[in-house]
Amino acid sequence: MSDAHKKLAGRLAILAVGLAAPFLFPAYQSQMAELWLFVVFALTWDLAGGQMGYNSFGNVVFLGIGMYACVLTQVGLLYDIGIYNGARGGGSATFVFDLPHYLEGLALGLPVGALLAALAAAVLGAFVLGMRGHYFAICTLGLGVAAGEVANSWEWIGAGSGMVPPTPPQVIGDLSRFYYYFAFALAAVTFLVLGWLYRTRFGLAINAIRDDEDKAEAMGLQTTRIKVAAWVIAAVFLGVSGGILGNLKRFIDPIDTAFSGATFGVWMVLMAILGGKGTLWGPVIGAVLFEVIKEATWTYLLGWQRVALGLLIVIIVVFFPQGILGWLRERFPDRFGRRVEADLSGTAEETAR
Amino acid sequence: MTAILKVAGVSKAFGGVQANRNVSLEVEAGRIVGLIGPNGSGKTTLFSSIVGYHPIDEGSIRFEGQEISRLRVVDIARLGLIRTFQQTRIYGGMTCVENMLISSSQRDARLLDLFQARSPEREERAGDLLDFVGLYPKRKLEAGSLSFGQQKLLEFAMALMNQPKMLMLDEPTAGINPTLINGLIDRLKRANEQFGITLFVIEHNMRVIMNLAEHIYCLAHGELLADGRPEEVQNDPRVLDAYLGAH
Ligand SMILES: Nc1ncnc2c1ncn2[C@@H]1O[C@H](COP(=O)(O)OP(=O)(O)OP(=O)(O)O)[C@@H](O)[C@H]1O
Ligand SMILES: [Mg+2]
Repeated sequence: MSDAHKKLAGRLAILAVGLAAPFLFPAYQSQMAELWLFVVFALTWDLAGGQMGYNSFGNVVFLGIGMYACVLTQVGLLYDIGIYNGARGGGSATFVFDLPHYLEGLALGLPVGALLAALAAAVLGAFVLGMRGHYFAICTLGLGVAAGEVANSWEWIGAGSGMVPPTPPQVIGDLSRFYYYFAFALAAVTFLVLGWLYRTRFGLAINAIRDDEDKAEAMGLQTTRIKVAAWVIAAVFLGVSGGILGNLKRFIDPIDTAFSGATFGVWMVLMAILGGKGTLWGPVIGAVLFEVIKEATWTYLLGWQRVALGLLIVIIVVFFPQGILGWLRERFPDRFGRRVEADLSGTAEETAR
Repeated sequence: MTAILKVAGVSKAFGGVQANRNVSLEVEAGRIVGLIGPNGSGKTTLFSSIVGYHPIDEGSIRFEGQEISRLRVVDIARLGLIRTFQQTRIYGGMTCVENMLISSSQRDARLLDLFQARSPEREERAGDLLDFVGLYPKRKLEAGSLSFGQQKLLEFAMALMNQPKMLMLDEPTAGINPTLINGLIDRLKRANEQFGITLFVIEHNMRVIMNLAEHIYCLAHGELLADGRPEEVQNDPRVLDAYLGAH
């Protein structure tokens, strides 16, 4: 089999497993849906964090904006949002969503979420992406916290009591399975788009910014625009994932679900680093491993989860900063198209023509 | 002949240190011009001022007749005025070829142009230029793993990839294996003749700059001390004094 065939076979296998999984393991549907969303989190975090060297702890802003925007659109198409949220999740008899309306709401809500998240990234990015290193990281952390506080006190969107996404009509059946496929499709699309992106000159440009931003500028690369564009692309996918996550969880808490810097915000960083930041597959591998570890151990840790997570972060960052793929790449550079020794076969004249 | 670069009365101070004082000079299009001076005489500072790295205190800098002293680094680079760094700057985590591919000219490029796939012509040019500086066999190596001298050569090739109108090189032979220096001089001359790039070169190695430049400016204590043809400058008592005085 040629490499191209192997690659295709591999992708088809993943597609088959992804499509069949809810039927094979129906008990774990919601965890698996969450897993695909985690893949999106890690992939989009790595776009700026790994590939461009801008470590953000505030990407939850885009997740949360996408989540609220989607659900508010879903509701707002049929009902007054203030009254709906005033009912505090009660009144499922009053607020009925039949199938066409429910689907219509989603079809509109998810893109609206993507759009508003992208807009937020463009506006915020123009300010904070001018900062470098730790200043950028700390500033994004602040953005995440601030966004949570705003949502937490905004009555119209439910404030601290949160918001309940529309109740799906009976015909949808298993809600977890329904949203599992949304999550799976989003992860697949995100992966393919970023894979393409990293093969374009844009991919090289963000790597150049990571390695030496001053040099990139001195060579005429419009670094500010490039950085903002990268963040906007990440925000688009995060915005959609927010809409899916909100509907999947069936309840949006402003601080624990939408703008959860302490969980999703940190986890996305951890997943990308664990798998290997700055690589395409690293974040995917990291997300899968993390979700498996989390589900396998979470219930046994009884309140010590955050401590365990904190320790895990310290261990990975201190002892294993290059991640799984980074480590493999160092050990087997040839397999990743990199050489450690000069290749003395021929000159440009012979091989390039 | 017309001046492609015109520096007039430029001063720059860092706190109490007057790094450049009232410096005026001209670089004619198509020439190779040298800039010499003892350590700390303000050569790198002048380069940085020209490419917009820091604001100047007074004076005017014109590139192709356009005032550039208030433009940003990236906009000056996009006019076709590129500099290399004394400490050498390359993209360490990328391969040599990737370093080259992302260095191609951005002069008319817009953001959307970056979303193209890599083009075969560009790859070929990258290969040719790596060959030109003798780094072709190392094209797939991570640039950060190269020696200092090789990184200097890569940075030079990246600058050529950018197809600038004028290239300012800050000590291009520093750290280069002495046996390779003659080859590098030859390449600099070819870049000037074949690619038509105006060169403005800071150099400590007197033999190199005497060989290379058609006109030389000498700085001392931030001020322009002398200028002229290489042999004139070399024999100028003030220049000799400045160099001897500095040691
Ligand atoms: N960013 C800076 N901040 C403060 N002082 C600076 C800065 N850059 C340069 N200087 C000072 O300005 C003076 C000129 O420095 P510059 O680097 O331009 O000299 P140079 O001629 O390039 O020297 P060398 O031959 O050693 O490279 C020196 O005294 C230096 O210490
Ligand atoms: Mg210097």
